[in-house]
Amino acid sequence: MSLALFYVAGVITLGGALAVVMTRNIVYAAFGLLASLIGVAGLFLLAFAEFLALVQILIYGGAIVVVILFTLMLTRIEDFERLTDNAQWPAAIAAAAALFGLLAAAVLLTDTPAAEPQAVDFETVGKTLFVDWAVPFEIASLVLLVALIGAVVMVRSNGDRR
Amino acid sequence: MIELAHFQLLGAALFAIGVYGVLARRSAVLVLMSIELMLNAVNLNLIGYAAFMDFTEAQRALGQVLVIFVITIAAAELALAVAIILRLYRNRSSVNMDEIDLMKW
Repeated sequence: MSLALFYVAGVITLGGALAVVMTRNIVYAAFGLLASLIGVAGLFLLAFAEFLALVQILIYGGAIVVVILFTLMLTRIEDFERLTDNAQWPAAIAAAAALFGLLAAAVLLTDTPAAEPQAVDFETVGKTLFVDWAVPFEIASLVLLVALIGAVVMVRSNGDRR
Repeated sequence: MIELAHFQLLGAALFAIGVYGVLARRSAVLVLMSIELMLNAVNLNLIGYAAFMDFTEAQRALGQVLVIFVITIAAAELALAVAIILRLYRNRSSVNMDEIDLMKW
């Protein structure tokens, strides 16, 4: 049962990812990304990470896809509906296939000890994040703040130059 | 039964698709999307290990916390990348990766 659900979520994830890299219409690519990210949220649920599935849908499905769609709106490029790949795409296919082959071989040839999957309750995750890792958490929030201020400064049109 | 290898193989496939997108697509926005795919592949692997390895509960929670940090950094990276793309579009009216060759020799 859970394996069937895994395959459904996996097909959604990989299908969305393939739509991102194959489609000629960039808006379809954005929606393919959305499907892929929701599929990953489903996989998180299957791996007993309920909190992360929520975070994934909120941040990726909600915020990041919307930001990317806004970027598409603000950069009104002419080849909006007929994207092309650049000349090195055969080499890119070879590199991606070689990487996947390498990783798959590493996965299949390594003998990982099987263990019974177990859920982690919210309390333990919260304690780990806000007690043991409180300082890195604060630093991460600072990084986010600095990055957002930097983004605002970068896109703001400075009147003296233009 | 789902096993760790399922998650690892799916993560590897997602990462490889992301690598292809970064190398082959022309639009900077699509390259950005492919990078998000690669980050998700890494998260998938971390969560797979956290759930399916023989760990204590504290170690499993640590795996999830690591994913939260990755998502945070991904959000910061996306904000900066979008700013760079918008700036690029304003200066060169194009987000085509092939035309951005000012620092190439």
